[in-house]
Formats: sequence, C-alpha cells, structure tokens
Amino acid sequence: MPPSNSPRTLFDKVWDAHMVVPETTDAPGVLYVDLHLVHEVTSPQAFADIDARGLKVRRPDRTFGTLDHSTPTNLERSYVTPEAEAQVSTLERNCAKHGVTLAGWDSGDRGVVHVMAPELGLTQPGTVVVCGDSHTATHGAFGALAFGIGTSEVGHVLATQCLLQRKPKRMRFTVDGQLQPGVSAKDLTLAVIAAIGFGGGSGYVIEYAGDAIRALDMEGRMTLCNMSIEAGARAGMVLPDEKTVAYLRGRRHVPQDEAFERAAEHWLSFATDLDASFDKELRLDGRFITPMATFGTTPDAAIPIGAAAPTPRGDSERKALAYMRFTANEPTTREPVHVVFIGSCTNGRLSDLRAAADVLRGRKVADGVRMLVVPGSEAVKRDAEAEGLDRVFEAAGAEWRQPGCSMCIAMNGDVVPPGKLAVSTSNRNFEGRQGKGARTILASPATAAASAIAGVLTDPRVFTRELEDA
Amino acid sequence: MPEQFTQLTSHTFVLPQESIDTDQIIPARFLTTTTRTGLGAKAFYDWRYDASGAPIADQPLNTLDTSETRILVAGDNFACGSSREHAPWALFDYGFRAVISTSIADIFSSNALKNGLLPIVVDAETHARLLADPGGRVGIDLEREELTIGNAPPIKFAVEPFARRCLIEGVDPLGWLTDHLPQIEEFERGHAL
Repeated sequence: MPPSNSPRTLFDKVWDAHMVVPETTDAPGVLYVDLHLVHEVTSPQAFADIDARGLKVRRPDRTFGTLDHSTPTNLERSYVTPEAEAQVSTLERNCAKHGVTLAGWDSGDRGVVHVMAPELGLTQPGTVVVCGDSHTATHGAFGALAFGIGTSEVGHVLATQCLLQRKPKRMRFTVDGQLQPGVSAKDLTLAVIAAIGFGGGSGYVIEYAGDAIRALDMEGRMTLCNMSIEAGARAGMVLPDEKTVAYLRGRRHVPQDEAFERAAEHWLSFATDLDASFDKELRLDGRFITPMATFGTTPDAAIPIGAAAPTPRGDSERKALAYMRFTANEPTTREPVHVVFIGSCTNGRLSDLRAAADVLRGRKVADGVRMLVVPGSEAVKRDAEAEGLDRVFEAAGAEWRQPGCSMCIAMNGDVVPPGKLAVSTSNRNFEGRQGKGARTILASPATAAASAIAGVLTDPRVFTRELEDA
Repeated sequence: MPEQFTQLTSHTFVLPQESIDTDQIIPARFLTTTTRTGLGAKAFYDWRYDASGAPIADQPLNTLDTSETRILVAGDNFACGSSREHAPWALFDYGFRAVISTSIADIFSSNALKNGLLPIVVDAETHARLLADPGGRVGIDLEREELTIGNAPPIKFAVEPFARRCLIEGVDPLGWLTDHLPQIEEFERGHAL
C-alpha cells in the first residue's frame, strides 16, 4: 500500500481498502468483495464447483441473486425452452440451499441485476462489487469498483468472498462543457466509446470526470459506466457526490438515520486527490455531442445521427458495413427499421422510459415496426405504471412487457428476426446479438422512440423540438 | 482441477477478422446450460450452420481436424464483449488449446487460463506472419514462454506468472484462495465493512 500522503485516485482508494494480501511478482493480490451479485446464466457451474468440494457460500449476507437473462417477459411466464426454465429453477434451488437472498419471481424486487441492485441500495460508494456479467461496471456510477468476472471466479467469490486480481491501470476520461438539450447520457456514452475505441480501454479502470459527467443524474451515470466494457475496460467509475448520497438515502439496504449520515461522509472521502495521476488521460468536449447511433457491428462504431457512414478501413469494417447493409459515405437514416427495443441494464430505468414516452406521447409507432418496452425491474415497472407510461406506450402501439434482459441478449425468446433492422437502447450491436442475422443500431431511448414513429433512424429532436429552438 | 498446459506443437487455424466477440464464439441462446460440457458443438454456431440448422458446406470450421489443428490465430481484440466463460469452454471442447492474437480481451484471457486454453499476445509482425500462413506449424513452450513458427528462431511471449504456474504445475486457484482464509477472516475482523 502506498504511503497515505501520496495522492490517490478514487480507484486506488477503493483498491487499497480491499487488499487482503497484496500482489507480488509471483501472485496476484487477494481482493475482498463487498457485494456479489448472481444471476441464473453464469452461476450454476460455480455453485456446482463449490458443492463438489463440500464448500459453502461463505458470506450469503454479501451475496444477492436475481432472475433476469433467461426469464420470459410475457405475462404467462412461458419459457423459450425447458432448459431456460431449468436454469432459473437451478438458481432458485442454489439460493435456497445456501441461504442467499434471491429477488425471485414474486418478490417484487426482481429485475435486471444492474438495475435491481442500485435501486435496492445494495450498491454503495467505495465498495467492490462483482457479478458474472460484463456490464457490472454499471455500479461504478456510485464510485464502487465494479467489474464482471467469469464463472470460475464466481465460484471463488462464493467460497471465499475474494478474488485473485492484479491491479489494472488508471485512465481518466474527462468530458468538459455541458450537453445540449435533447442530448442524453446514452449519446454521451456512445461518443465516449467511439473516442476510446473498442479495445482502447483494455487493461484500464476508467474514471469519468468533468462538468458533463457531474451534471448527469445517477441513472445517466449508470448508462455511461455500464458500457465501459464496450471500450474494453473492465470498470468505469464516477466520484461519489451529493447526487449519489441523495439517490441512496432511504433505500432498503443502506444505513438509516444517523448511521446514514456517517456512511455518506465515508462515501464522499473516496474522492480522487487533486494531484493524483493517471496512466492515460482522454478528453472530449460535451458541447459538441449530438444524438448518436451505431452504424457497424461494434459499439464504438457510432456517429451522429444523419452523418454519413465512414469509409471502411480494412476488411473487418467492410464486412460490418455489409452486414448492416449500410453504404459508405451515405447516411444510415434511410433503411427501414423493423424492431425497436427499449430496455436493458443500459437504458431500462425510469428516466429512460420517461424519455421514450415523452417522444411517443400522442404519436403512433409506424406500420411495420414492432416496438417492445421492457422495464429494467419490477420497481421500474411499478413506477412507470404509476405515472401512466405503460398507457402511453400501448396507445402508441408498443408492447409493454415484464422486466428482464429480453432482447438485449435475446436468450429468452425475445428476438429480432433474421435480416431485420433494430434500433435498440441496449449495449451491443454484435452480429446476431439480438437474434441470428439481426442487424442492430444502438441508440438512446428518445432516439429509439423517434425511430419507431418515423420507421427509420431519426434524431429525436425532430419531435421534441430542440432542433427548432436551438 | 484445472487443465494443465506445458508444450504444444500443432497446425494453426486462422480467423483474421478483428474483434471476434464472445457472442460469435458462443451465441447467447446456448447459455441456458447448467453444465460446462458439450459446448464445442455450439462453437461459432451461427458461422457454421445455416438458418435451417444444416452445416454450411464451405465453412472450414465444420471439417477441421482438431487433433492436428489446436491453435487458433485470430484478428485483433479477440473475444471482446460478454464475460461468458462458455466462450473458452466452447473453444476448448471444440479442440483448441491456444489462441494467438495481437490483443485478447481481459475477461476472456482470465477465463481461458482457468480452463487450459492458453491466450498468447504477440506483436503485429509475428501476427502478420501467422495470418499469412494458415495451417502453418507452430510450437508453444509455456515454461520457456516461447513461440516457434516453422523453423524460425523462437519468439518470446509473456503469461501472467501465477496463471502460468497454475497451468504448468496444476495449481488450483480456488484451493490457493481457500489457503488464505485465515488472512481473509482477519481482514474482515479489521474492517468495518
């Protein structure tokens, strides 16, 4: 551990505070995990591993499960395959056996793991959060060190509450200035990923800083940190501030009353020191970001909506453009859109649904477009219905579904048909990600809604009038 | 117990595309399994089979003899995306024992090393030589951390020392962690977590 007077980043401070055994040349460090989130897809083999060794879940009180990836989003709860159902019942059984709390079907808490944990107050600043899921970086929005792990490591954490880790490098990504009206956290995120490049964050933990980041609300910060992995970084973090504290106050799993005030003081102590240094620094001017959408088959292949798809550099980019059926040097706003998906751990929160509903209110989804709106959790669903957002979506002709990962990963039967073009608020536009042969454009909830109305990829400011006012 | 790896000499199979993500290696709809086994049949499924599920005739992955070809050479930024350990399970079960690229995603590398699949990162020049010679013969010596292409002099590569030891000596990472339980308990006592 460095001397306490040497300047440290937020990441350094969280890392140092969780080092059980420091790393050496020969062996990685032993890193303590405060919160281990489990879901049905990446945990069955891990539970089987520890069972086979006669080990128990060491800290069931620090382990929390949910059902999200394989779960149906239809009211009947009809599973895509018996295997999917068996996977869900395997987690139910494993949690019951090991005394792990599960946000199960009728708990009222169930949701996409990275939506559910923050809203229950499980995610807290200065902690280490892991899950067998690469979008665990989401929790970095709270100033937690949060990253995805493999299933073998899920077993390690179940059995020991620790992981073997070498310390990643530090990157700071600063976004100066303020976003224009009508430009969302997702647009900012796609611009940031495009600036870093798909593999450009590999080996780093990113600290997002600057005026535009500070101005984001907690849900916007979650959208940003969520996609850190799409730049190859395992984690992204934002300094905890008064917004973080305000978001957490009163949530179920945070300390209450006076203990909360003490916790808040502790959380704010994780700020990066003034003179702390980073291994890499990148900057972007937030004032020039406009609504963004992807044109290729990697999340960094994003351009302002209306801009021409760039000339491919090399075979991989040529192949991606051909797969998407876009033409170089022509805009991507002419291809008919067949499916619109609003949801996921990136954009399935209440503010996302509000943004989409604001565009859709009093309008209709275009003929030939199927639009799914999938709330990120039971809580998001309840809140949205209390505001009447479900009625806005249904009146426009969209489907209002049950919470889950749904069409983001397309393993529960919610798929984009082969060859069809989707505008999706999710995080990955890989070939076939949303179904074999599916073509995916990543964009914001407002853009997705605007594209559903117009039937082609559309800048939402056309409907929300910021373009005229500007 | 982890699979061991010391030395391997084999032919290469080349997938030159950049950023082959783990959704390509194993599509998400096959992740509903609750075991580690049998995923080789699903490796690169959407590349290997048409919409009706019939094997695509001119897809070399459908006819590859993996007893002779155990080294995958892939384009830059290999195995990016999802953290699914199903990706190395699928590649190992398919028959690969090593993957070589100019960069390999962090989580995939960590997962692969725990499953006897050796990820090797090489410089652009070495990569170009490998890409230019699909089916070429490559030797891998993990103890020496050396890669030999054909009869050329060996090239050094680096593998994280602990993972290397696990692969060579069969050290079990979970066993190694449980050996540290006294320190873990002491840490918990000393920290108001």
